[in-house]
Amino acid sequence: MLAFTIRRLVQSIVVMLVVALIAFVMFRFVGDPVDQMVGLETTLEERAQLREQLGLNDPVPVQFVRFIGKAAQFNFGTSYQFKRPVAELIGDRLPATLELSFVAAAFALIVGIPMGVYTALRRDSWLSKFFLTVSLVGVSLPTFLIGIILIFIFAVNLQILPSFGRGAVVDLGWWSTGLLTASGLKALILPAVTLGLFQMTLIMRLVRSEMLEVLRTDFIKFARARGIKNRAVNFGHALKNTLVPVITITGLQLGSIIAFAIITETVFQWPGMGLLFLQAVQNVDIPIMAAYLLLIAFLFVAINLVVDILYVFVDPRIRIAGAAT
Amino acid sequence: MSHVTGEGAGAGTAGRPQDEAPSSLLARALDSDIWYSFKRSKVTIVAAAVTALYFASALFAPWIAPHNPSDLASLSLLDSLNPPAWIEGGTTTFVLGTDDQGRDVLSAILYGSRISLAVGFVSVLLAAFLGITLGLVSGYVGGRTDSIIMRIADVQLTFPAILIALLIDGSVRGVLGGINREESAFYVLVASIGLSFWVQYARTVRSSTLVEKNKEYVQAARLIGLHPAIIMARHVLPNVMGPVLVVATINLALAIITEATLSFLGVGIPPTQPSLGTLIRIGNDFLFSGEWWITIFPGIALAILVLAVNLLGDWLRDALNPKLR
Amino acid sequence: MTEALLEVHDLVVEFPTRKGTLTAVDGISFAVHRGEVLGIVGESGAGKSMTGSAIIGLIEPPGHIAGGTVHLAGERIDNLSLDAMRRVRGKKIGVVFQDPLTSLNPLYTIAEQLVETIRTHLPLSERAARDRAIGLLDEVGIPAAARRIDDYPHQFSGGMRQRVVIALALAAEPELVIADEPTTALDVSVQAQIIDVLKRLCAEHGAAVMLITHDMGVIAETADRVAVMYAGRIAEIGPVRDVVKDAKHPYTDGLMGSIPTLTHAEDRLTQIPGSMPRLTAIPPGCAFNPRCPKVFERCRTERPNPQPVSDRQVACWLYDGEAHP
Repeated sequence: MLAFTIRRLVQSIVVMLVVALIAFVMFRFVGDPVDQMVGLETTLEERAQLREQLGLNDPVPVQFVRFIGKAAQFNFGTSYQFKRPVAELIGDRLPATLELSFVAAAFALIVGIPMGVYTALRRDSWLSKFFLTVSLVGVSLPTFLIGIILIFIFAVNLQILPSFGRGAVVDLGWWSTGLLTASGLKALILPAVTLGLFQMTLIMRLVRSEMLEVLRTDFIKFARARGIKNRAVNFGHALKNTLVPVITITGLQLGSIIAFAIITETVFQWPGMGLLFLQAVQNVDIPIMAAYLLLIAFLFVAINLVVDILYVFVDPRIRIAGAAT
Repeated sequence: MSHVTGEGAGAGTAGRPQDEAPSSLLARALDSDIWYSFKRSKVTIVAAAVTALYFASALFAPWIAPHNPSDLASLSLLDSLNPPAWIEGGTTTFVLGTDDQGRDVLSAILYGSRISLAVGFVSVLLAAFLGITLGLVSGYVGGRTDSIIMRIADVQLTFPAILIALLIDGSVRGVLGGINREESAFYVLVASIGLSFWVQYARTVRSSTLVEKNKEYVQAARLIGLHPAIIMARHVLPNVMGPVLVVATINLALAIITEATLSFLGVGIPPTQPSLGTLIRIGNDFLFSGEWWITIFPGIALAILVLAVNLLGDWLRDALNPKLR
Repeated sequence: MTEALLEVHDLVVEFPTRKGTLTAVDGISFAVHRGEVLGIVGESGAGKSMTGSAIIGLIEPPGHIAGGTVHLAGERIDNLSLDAMRRVRGKKIGVVFQDPLTSLNPLYTIAEQLVETIRTHLPLSERAARDRAIGLLDEVGIPAAARRIDDYPHQFSGGMRQRVVIALALAAEPELVIADEPTTALDVSVQAQIIDVLKRLCAEHGAAVMLITHDMGVIAETADRVAVMYAGRIAEIGPVRDVVKDAKHPYTDGLMGSIPTLTHAEDRLTQIPGSMPRLTAIPPGCAFNPRCPKVFERCRTERPNPQPVSDRQVACWLYDGEAHP
């Protein structure tokens, strides 16, 4: 178990280093950092001084190590466009994005799993066929289009839900939450559904195909042959085995939900990291882009690690195999 | 492992006379299992027809579009914000209405699909070329080359393609420094999408290559001293094309979505030569003032195109994979 | 002879397919008496397992019982409701499947699976069910049963798992145990032990056994009577000693020739030429006629039904009229 965790940890660190290298290359070689920081009126001498100050004249490997050292302390430099520390900017926006992502993921799971189970158990019912058709259409609709359609229906025509912003937020220390006010919750509905819909169809299809697979296995047949009640076979034996791979994939999807939030945040003008990142891409604000890349990579790696460790607790087979290595 | 030759998957075709082999390629194609499964699926036929229609109208847009949306001389602000023909105030001159500059929405959609399809198609070609080459090399050469290529693929796969595309897009524009923004947009977009989608091809091709590599005919080719590049191109490549075709079709839908998303986010095709995504972005501003047609019609056009291509991809995957039937 | 425990009369199992209906079991009749071991032997695809599945009402759809009756202890069970049939499975008929590695749910401990089965059928408390489970594991020869009961299936070897499966089959004191190839997936070294455990326990618990296998050697050592199946029909059924010593049906004779014996080392093992026809291509007349060394005209046109020949039933025209002296 310990060896398993250590091995996974080493792998995670390697991935982080590779991503850090990419972020560093972007930071250092896409455009000239000095040009981005100063105005046209700055003299050549001042530029050279700044260059020396920033350590841009040091050997590249030294700069890379320094970059990693700073990144580990959440020091990503100063945004070109906002002239503020990147860490501060991201810190302000992080709660909005995380709240949106977790609510979207919860929505995807809570709706997606029952739909998947239903379509697997009642393969031929018209409702199953309806769900599957809807899911195919859902996969084909780009996220931003879903957002626009939802805004068109619920904000423009019915006028029952807000189409932009977070509503009223409450500050809990440095964390600002929209989950505690009515307007905050109302503002969350459309963005969360937009962001979660694609994942929901994915989870539904995954649960369905996994469950169909499990229902075909010998141990399910043997459970039926022992006269175990249908309910216990379907929701005990079959569902438990279905959820093992579903946990992994859903966990991994959480990372892409956070990344996909870029689009949803743009549609709903949601004041999160995604919107910040998009503005950075539009204005080639490299420090923010690099920091966002590192942050997303870190979240991905951390989620991966947690999922792997969770997996070990859910599946007894791995507990033993992991201990053996 | 399913290897698909021109004659289809071969399973379940017992009783077909072997001696009278159909002469032409067309006859052989019509005789195949794939054609049989195509004929049996009405949904697929419709999807194929719709896709063909899109390609045709994209190709012939200048001849079939009622107006030329990029011809500024023909635009008149008097025609701006006309609703669709069947709504009061609409005229049959502009069947689907006009935007704020007096551009005909139907014509804009026809020209826009042209650009969306072009970006999708070219970036799929780029991704396929990159992925196939790297996959062949990776699988055939093996060893360190293989592990380096596959590690890069692993790291890249951790991130959603849209994020990669955004980063590449931002970096490239940072390097170009804003010169020729409008002319370079197409190529930047193609490069961003192409570079973010190569991994699946590489993985598919690599795994097929590993299987083919050890077959007698490749061993024989190697024994007679053929150059590895020739062996790969002539002997290995044709055998991996089936799975690649499936990946390419599904990726075409993804690439179109990605293009639309990037354009919607404002980092893709500029409004002077709008793609479907750009049109939706432009129209989005008018959603609240009641001019819904400017964004909804391009949205529907995009959704139908992606759905049709997705359905084709799904069918192709099942048809080339007899195990799933 | 005692009253028949299981009586199968003219059982037909059909599978509708795209290319027409397949008859997997084609009108077979036999009986299992209390306390006896009936062997059912035949090549794969002969319909042995399908017969077993039909008796316990677990044929995979679209397959179904198309004719005939099944009586258990005088009560008809082939037309019971799903829930009534579920109560018969496990309670009155226990089942042992071929592969112990896949028969047990990997995510549940042995205790959970045994207790669940026991409490489904017997009104016992959790505690009492657990005690009973430990007792059963003890009986099937699991060392340190009280401790090992909380282990997961993967912590047991194949042979040990099959002992657990036997314990599960006997958990609710069934009157009949259907063992479908119980040793095929096991090491040769443990096969004899498992057969021994199965036979001894069923005798001790007063359960009759229907032993399905393709291994005539196992039947010869274990069964009291044997039914030889070929292409969905019974070719010959009678006391094992007599069938082994003096096979009447040419197919049985061929099967006997393929068993290696120590006493007749000088004899060569014989092989039946050809292979069993597929269900799609059963020849007219006697299904065995294309391979039969003693075939004559009538075999090619008329289908023989089992008829009494000395102490058994044989479906072969060779004995037509002989039984009625």
